[in-house]
Amino acid sequence: MTSSDLARTKNFDAADFDVIVIGGGHNGLTAATLLAQNGRRVVVLEAADGTGGMMRGFEFHPGYRSAGLAHIINRLDPEVAKLLKLEGKITSGAPLPTVALSPDGKHAVLRGAYGETIDGVSPAEAKAFAAMRKKLMFQAGILKRFLKRRPPEIGKVGLNDLGAFAGAGLSLITKGREEGRDFLRMLLMNVADVADEYLSDDRLKGLVAFDATLGIHLGPRSPTSLLGLYYRLTGETGGKTGAQYIPQGGMKTLAPAFEKAAAAAGVSVRTGTAVTRILADRGTATGVILGNGEQLNAPIIVSAIHPQATFLTLCDTVELGTGFVRAVGNIRSKGNVAKLDLALDKPPTFTGVSADDHRGRLVIARSIAHVENAFNPAKYGEFSPDPVMEITLPSLADPALAPSGGATLSALVEFAPYDLKSGWENGKAAFEKIILDTLERYAPGINKSIVASSLMTPADMEAHYHLPGGHWHHGELQADQLLVNRPVNAAAGYTTPLSGLYLASAGSHPGGGISGLPGLLAARHILSER
Amino acid sequence: MMLEITPRRALQSHIATPRFETPFHPRIAALSETNDWYTWAGYKAPHSIFDEELEYFAIRSTAALFDISPMVKYRIAGPDAERYLNRLTVRNVAKLGIGRVHYTAWCDDHGHVLDDGTLFRLSADTFRLCCQERHLPWLLDSAIGFDVAVEEETMRIAGLALQGPTSFAVLSKAGFDGIERLKPFQLADFPHEGGTVTISRTGFTGDLGYELFVPAEAALSLWDRLWAAGQLHGIRAIGYAALNRARIEAGFIVANADFMTAETALRADRARMPDEIGLDWLVDAEKVNFNGRKAILEARRNQTLKHVLVGLEIEGNIPADGAIIYHRKKHEAGLVSAAIWSPLAKRNIAIASLTRPYGTQLTEDLWVEIYALRELQYQKMMKRARIVPRPFIKLDRRATSPPGLF
Repeated sequence: MTSSDLARTKNFDAADFDVIVIGGGHNGLTAATLLAQNGRRVVVLEAADGTGGMMRGFEFHPGYRSAGLAHIINRLDPEVAKLLKLEGKITSGAPLPTVALSPDGKHAVLRGAYGETIDGVSPAEAKAFAAMRKKLMFQAGILKRFLKRRPPEIGKVGLNDLGAFAGAGLSLITKGREEGRDFLRMLLMNVADVADEYLSDDRLKGLVAFDATLGIHLGPRSPTSLLGLYYRLTGETGGKTGAQYIPQGGMKTLAPAFEKAAAAAGVSVRTGTAVTRILADRGTATGVILGNGEQLNAPIIVSAIHPQATFLTLCDTVELGTGFVRAVGNIRSKGNVAKLDLALDKPPTFTGVSADDHRGRLVIARSIAHVENAFNPAKYGEFSPDPVMEITLPSLADPALAPSGGATLSALVEFAPYDLKSGWENGKAAFEKIILDTLERYAPGINKSIVASSLMTPADMEAHYHLPGGHWHHGELQADQLLVNRPVNAAAGYTTPLSGLYLASAGSHPGGGISGLPGLLAARHILSER
Repeated sequence: MMLEITPRRALQSHIATPRFETPFHPRIAALSETNDWYTWAGYKAPHSIFDEELEYFAIRSTAALFDISPMVKYRIAGPDAERYLNRLTVRNVAKLGIGRVHYTAWCDDHGHVLDDGTLFRLSADTFRLCCQERHLPWLLDSAIGFDVAVEEETMRIAGLALQGPTSFAVLSKAGFDGIERLKPFQLADFPHEGGTVTISRTGFTGDLGYELFVPAEAALSLWDRLWAAGQLHGIRAIGYAALNRARIEAGFIVANADFMTAETALRADRARMPDEIGLDWLVDAEKVNFNGRKAILEARRNQTLKHVLVGLEIEGNIPADGAIIYHRKKHEAGLVSAAIWSPLAKRNIAIASLTRPYGTQLTEDLWVEIYALRELQYQKMMKRARIVPRPFIKLDRRATSPPGLF
């Protein structure tokens, strides 16, 4: 049966909704909320049994829950927070610290928003970090102007786009020629060279190298790896650029907040409802077919799932151009990060970390070389024998995640290539052992208190979260897949070659992370069009 | 370290054959008096064989045998073959009956023509696509999402065009029973040497004619069968120069001669939409979606088409090949891509591309500037050109069924 055959099975005039949103992740819900608030009849179709996408939690051992893939908030857009009435709920109190762990127990602790002050380093190093931070924050600020707006269409640059270009130019000029030159010099540099330029402390260098490459298939010495750090520093939470928080009540409160806001706006949310086909006829999307065979029609379909799933799985390629299918197939989207959840019988103690700082983000990245060496095997389809990772203890913010007295640990571990050469069914146990051995060195005794563990490789994420390639950004966040080329040029700016079909996932501009921006900007664009 | 030359040579044996020879080459080489060869898609092909002029008249007066083996051929088969081709090409494949052939074109996502060619429907689910350029990567990428197999068969299948008034008589004489039932653009299989030959009533001359396809092994026996049967019907082997005259008279365009294909054009403004090279009539806007549909319809709606391909009749008898076309002898309006003095039409004809509005709104007062090099001196001429419909010649015998036994 072709899509046009299917399309004939039902009368087109009967639109069931104004908007169908595919995918109940945070971006889908954000888009749905804004559209419903503007009077559209919106339905969100989610394949899983609950909304929240990658924030969807799961019980990995009786009594122990994981809050999902995201374990920290560092870029939830203020307007999205406002839309969801989440202001204040997330960002009460001081931002969480980041502890750059050192094997000798003498750690560097970044406090405030990305190290406004630092404990455990020399005054000279603190000053050097402050200078680098200031420089990068300023430069990230210029880039940020382009992240909260639809990317310009090449060949159709409008007045608003010119305004953004002029604003960016002006902010550079007013800081003097030197800043302009530096911006152009640094923009596509690698993070290692920039860190070497400013810093001498390996713990800090290792931290920025880690932060720049987390979730990206680059090592700190790979060209353009600084972009990852810029991206992090374009994020703001609670009005503070670079700040990180765990919401009151833990990360698990976040997904329901998105759903609640959507419901309050009048959005119907249907979970356990997989879409199997996006219907289109000669260039116009008209509806969807569900797993149970039901057809829903709407003039606007917003796909808030991975672009490759949208076009290569849900669309009939008859409706798409060969060149477009080729481009979508070439989106680089192979995850590199594994997620470890540990069930512990008691809260762990990391040597040399104060009790309060255990609530923060703990990073194991001893030096630039450590991160680079961890990345190297990933290029050849092998996992890191000496991985780098960031760790949080979710049960400290949300005791309900573990039984009384127990605790959970969540770690994002690099590098764990999606296409492991030896196959994850063979490699997973060995990789998990390496991670646990690493943790034991920083938190002696932790292995004895493990009740259960759950290691999710990118391959597992793909299966569990319907995430092609297990890539949480829905496509590499690298220079060639940003702005007008995210996810591909012909589908940048939320519109697609199919009229009526829009994109709103992390695979669209500006990209991944719990920001809600792709959803927000997609919905705004739809509202501006119709 | 010493470089071992011998094993390297062994891996690169193809460099010993910079030009392939077609399966018919032994016969053509034996007939060749002019020894005049050119390269067609990597094959050695005759530009002329004995006399360009007489070869042309073989097409128009008797029967001409032209080797089309270098033509790029793809076999497209599978349950989704029709659906696949309907998305690939601009014409409606659902309307192409089994055993029929149609001329078509295919575009990239921007509506720019990648090539034109003929599509043969061999069975409900099996097609042959013939064209000028190679397209395997494009065809394979187009197959994503379709249950279809695409296979290049250029080397495996030999092809012959038998064109001219006596071509039907030659085939009858050669014993292809039932050949009289083939109508224009129809094909059928006929027995040959224990196998089959696929014969279609098609061609590139605007004349009565046929195209024959056989496995490469059966090529020489097919040639010999036709050659023997054609002796009393004036059969001649011909080269491209003669065919080119006939195709200009018939008004047919040649990829990368009369227009640049999108994948070979280096300059962005050289790519052409179907409507810009006279192929608008192929585009079926009502059928299912196809590559380039959106762009083509948008260009029509927004009137952003930039070029138009026309037939010209030019005063005098000097072929205007490559000449610049002017409006009011002053404003550059376009370029002649092919031109001859037509022996059959007795007119000086040309195929030309004009930049709109020349050729669409401004169709009068057109001139071509011809530079004739005469013994190391150019003679410049400004000749009046008139837009005329293509084809420049129309031969009743082309379409008469059953064909005449000349």
